[in-house]
Amino acid sequence: MGKEQLSIVANRKNKSVVEKAAEVIFTGCGLLAVLAVISITGYMVISGAPALFQVGITDILFGTVWAPAAEVPSFGILYVILTSIVGTFMAILIGVPIGLFTAIFLAEVAPPKLAATVRPAVELLAGIPSVIYGLLGILLLNPLMYKLERMIFAGSPDHQFTGGANLISAVLVLALMILPTVVNISESALRAVPAHLKSASLALGATQMQTIFHVILPAAKSGIMAAIVLGCGRAIGEAMAITLVSGSSVNFPLPFNSVRFLTTAIVAEMSYAEGLHRQVLFTIGLVLFAFIMFINVVLTRIFRKGEATND
Amino acid sequence: MKKVKYAVLAGVMAFGLTACGQSAEETTAASAASETTDTAAEETTEAKEETEAAAELSGSITMAGSTSMEKFANALAEAFMEIHPDVSVQAEFTGSSAGVEAVLAGQSDIGNSSRNLADDEKSAGAVENIVAIDGIAVVADPANTASDLTKEQLVQIYTGEVKNWSEVGGEDLPIVVVGREAGSGTRGAFEEILEIEDMCQYANELDSTGAVMAKVASTPGAIGYVSLDVLDDTVKALKIGGVDANEENIKDGSYILSRPFVMATKGEISEQNELVQALFDYVYSAEGQELVKSVGLIAVE
Repeated sequence: MGKEQLSIVANRKNKSVVEKAAEVIFTGCGLLAVLAVISITGYMVISGAPALFQVGITDILFGTVWAPAAEVPSFGILYVILTSIVGTFMAILIGVPIGLFTAIFLAEVAPPKLAATVRPAVELLAGIPSVIYGLLGILLLNPLMYKLERMIFAGSPDHQFTGGANLISAVLVLALMILPTVVNISESALRAVPAHLKSASLALGATQMQTIFHVILPAAKSGIMAAIVLGCGRAIGEAMAITLVSGSSVNFPLPFNSVRFLTTAIVAEMSYAEGLHRQVLFTIGLVLFAFIMFINVVLTRIFRKGEATND
Repeated sequence: MKKVKYAVLAGVMAFGLTACGQSAEETTAASAASETTDTAAEETTEAKEETEAAAELSGSITMAGSTSMEKFANALAEAFMEIHPDVSVQAEFTGSSAGVEAVLAGQSDIGNSSRNLADDEKSAGAVENIVAIDGIAVVADPANTASDLTKEQLVQIYTGEVKNWSEVGGEDLPIVVVGREAGSGTRGAFEEILEIEDMCQYANELDSTGAVMAKVASTPGAIGYVSLDVLDDTVKALKIGGVDANEENIKDGSYILSRPFVMATKGEISEQNELVQALFDYVYSAEGQELVKSVGLIAVE
């Protein structure tokens, strides 16, 4: 029985074929990702760059008037860029502490049974399609924001009422959307901290909270950084949910202004845009692409530095 | 070879039967008949070619003009070319005035204009053929107490001069100005009719008619504009200058938020070449007016 059985171990020739084939397949798959990145980068530059020079780099990047269909069109996207930066930053500011504390709760504080109900809830949050977040934003958040807006700006003659579609709504939706990413990755980082560090801290007489904040968190810093990078990426790249709640007018990103993000600027006007207008939308895509690359590179640097000091 | 054999055989038989004269006569008659058939066949072919020429127009029609008419003009060109595969309809979108200029200068067969022709254009020979009407309704949320706005009030609301419904006959409620994104045909028409192109202060720029309807329906104090054909009970259509937004009022010209889609020709349609005439026949046919409705416009009777 043993002799007839086909085994990759038994037959040297057979083995080498399988090995080689697997190697080729894996290499192919690996190269596919590289190819995709290169072709996307190439495509974005080719389709986004011409308008940049045609309109003028400073006119696009630092212009504040977005009137693409006007008689004398103006393609300034400064407010759009600022909105994306401010919006993402605020979403991180709200989402990261909540996410991190949830992760600490799950990894260190929660009784196992409670953790077993909270964790699936967080994971489910990650699986909800972004358009659902947007719909909830329209139905719950916008009316609430509108009430707040009417209270705050009751006597103000200059304020333009937006019906609750404003920067805050978008930021809150984004903060909720990055939670699962931040929680999951931070929790794995916290769990990866060697148990002896915790034991040593507790043995020295530190309380549980002192141990968490002075020993475990610093030790898990690099993993938490990774969580922030990914959260940032998700926030700046999100379009569907915020296009529904942000109002989508190009304005300076003040909390109660209707605002347009880089992503929603592309989504909102792609359907009817033509000529130079369409090309500029690709340029916005290029700017978004550059932003995501920049965030990745910068934060990976920080993350590497963190690793180096940990060692 | 076989035929020769049969012929010979037939000749021999005929000879044998001693009915030569008769046979020869018959043969002559037969050949004459066949000749007639040939001629008839030729005639039929010619006739067929003639009918084909009538059905299968070939050549090209050029249109130039209004960007707002792009959707309609493209749909029309596509449908017309489907019926007449040998005809190519080329449409350029350069603006209404440029379109009328082009037709007057003879550079294009048809000038698309999304406004009535001016008197000087008419006196220069342009004929106004209205093929469809574009209507826009101004909507507010159903609970809004204001029901009638003047054109001036509408302009003031959209340019941000008036920010509260109490200033235009409603309750004390801020106005949330909702509109469409740049490039939308509805936005283009609305701003063009009110002459507030690129002066609007939108609080919400939404990218579909449905989104405008939903936002207006759910936001107290919101005002928005949509194509006339999508009106329903979720929103309240406002009167403009005391006139209800409906097809009759648009057709009799009393409702201002509408504009004609004109396909101008140099001289009457009957003076145009057969291609252009066929195109207008199609536009004014039941099928053509169905096409007009399918792109959200009002048909002309």
